[in-house]
Amino acid sequence: MSLKLKCRLERPAGAKGQNGFRLEVDLSLPDRGITAVLGPSGCGKTTLLRCIAGLEPRTTGRVLIGDKTWQDDGLFLQPHQRRVGYVFQDGALFPHLDVRGNLAYGMKRSSGRSGSLQEISSLLGLIPLLDRDVSGLSGGERQRVALGRALLTGPVLLLLDEPLAALDRESRRAIYPYFERIAAETALPFIYVTHAQDEAARLADHLVLMENGRAVHSGPLPELLTSPAPGLARGEDAGCVVFARVVGVEDEYHLARLEFPGGTLLVADPGLPDGRKIRVRIHARDVSLALEPAAGSSILNIMSARILELIPDGPSRVLVRLLVGRTIMLAAVTHRSASALELKPDLELFAQVKSVALL
Amino acid sequence: MFHPDDMIALGLTLKLAVISTAVLLVLGTPLAWWLAMTRRKARPLVDALVSLPLVLPPTVLGFYLLLFLGPDGPLGRLMTAAGGRPLAFTFTGLVIGSVIYSLPFVVQPIRDAFASVGHRPMEAAATLGASPRDRFFSVAVPLSRRGFLTAATLGFAHTLGEFGVVLMIGGNIPGRTQVLSIAIYDHVEALDYTRAHMLSGTLLVISFALLLAVNLIGRRQPGVRT
Repeated sequence: MSLKLKCRLERPAGAKGQNGFRLEVDLSLPDRGITAVLGPSGCGKTTLLRCIAGLEPRTTGRVLIGDKTWQDDGLFLQPHQRRVGYVFQDGALFPHLDVRGNLAYGMKRSSGRSGSLQEISSLLGLIPLLDRDVSGLSGGERQRVALGRALLTGPVLLLLDEPLAALDRESRRAIYPYFERIAAETALPFIYVTHAQDEAARLADHLVLMENGRAVHSGPLPELLTSPAPGLARGEDAGCVVFARVVGVEDEYHLARLEFPGGTLLVADPGLPDGRKIRVRIHARDVSLALEPAAGSSILNIMSARILELIPDGPSRVLVRLLVGRTIMLAAVTHRSASALELKPDLELFAQVKSVALL
Repeated sequence: MFHPDDMIALGLTLKLAVISTAVLLVLGTPLAWWLAMTRRKARPLVDALVSLPLVLPPTVLGFYLLLFLGPDGPLGRLMTAAGGRPLAFTFTGLVIGSVIYSLPFVVQPIRDAFASVGHRPMEAAATLGASPRDRFFSVAVPLSRRGFLTAATLGFAHTLGEFGVVLMIGGNIPGRTQVLSIAIYDHVEALDYTRAHMLSGTLLVISFALLLAVNLIGRRQPGVRT
């Protein structure tokens, strides 16, 4: 199964000074795993989700989900006829039902197959909350209930509209593992809208970048983040995501060793068990380059690398695309350093990683 | 303790209030839903029409209803042509008058309750597989419970105290169209203050108890927005 989306929506400029809006998206997305849709506010990412769910009745275009057509010329399945799970930004829980009632609402009305209420509740850690009133839930709990409620309808596709935007950093981090576990266990496609790069970097397998109502880029996350294509991998936030695994801890210094396709990284011990898969983000600005392995440096993570490409980024900065083992990294250097070191493609050198962010 | 005639008036008044409230809830709910959700240009017009009884003297309303329902009015002629009787000076006429007179008191609270439910819970219900009808009854109505309660109570209480409209279209036929407020008026005219007191006091207590009940019930539901 694959997801083919072709949505077109035009909203003429309103009489009340409302800006006109145009959404035109033609995408083919993987049929499992998390696809993050990233873009600035107002770029149409939420509207795209609403179109897929059938909540924007005035759209034209086609929505094909697997072998099912949800929308085409002369065909428009109503939202309740589309087997889609939708998690709203605020959860949109029903205040007149308790947690169990909310979870059961969609299940009772669905013909699709899903796990039992008990299974999903335990997967999401909701068992102790089942008889609670929804007004007393924390933000993170609300979103877990919303996710469980959507899953219990037996959807073929899950749409999440900035589900964590209202949460603080700690609550967000606490909820990521649930999303990852659900994505892995259900093998459903997730379309996850967010404006937070970190969130996408942590969760997504596939990335779609939107701008002005268009999907300007779509591709696997690690590639897209380090892509030399115009409009990508630029500016202060540029950096790569590395898929790593905890392989050991140096107790003496409280450092954990992370193995990734290309080498190992030493990071402050996050207290995770050996074998745990984690993602780390290495910003381009935190990577410097040296022709010789630095002696007498305080930097722990130094690895050999080969230059793939130089990407000019503004008047003074150059982004260097590096191949470290089988992993692509970015390093930001000044034009001046680039010419002083005579950086060019295929040059072998050393990348010094100053800091690594655990996602 | 009540005079038998007053008991009849009281019974008639309660019956009128119950029937009118039931009719109002049935007719007012779809109207309120439409007013809360529509984006049509006709909305302000309909809203103003529904609110008209709030500002119009009941006698004006009653006068036009009399013309409309009476033997020479459009509906009166229709009824006569169909082999029936004109509705003026009948209990059915009273119900029609009360429904129109109390319409804003029922429609407005329900309309506001529906409006404050908003689109979001309805959209959530839709994505959870609920058809429009299903989500109206399983989400919009329970979330608007307080609105319905207020509407029913106000509609009931307002019908209990109705005077002008009833006088114009119902006349003052004991046992058929003589309601409490008119009976009180008659007693005062006849200087029979004792019976006027009895009925007035009863009306006062019932009305106060109803409003108090609304307030208490409304407060006992935290978490449910009105």
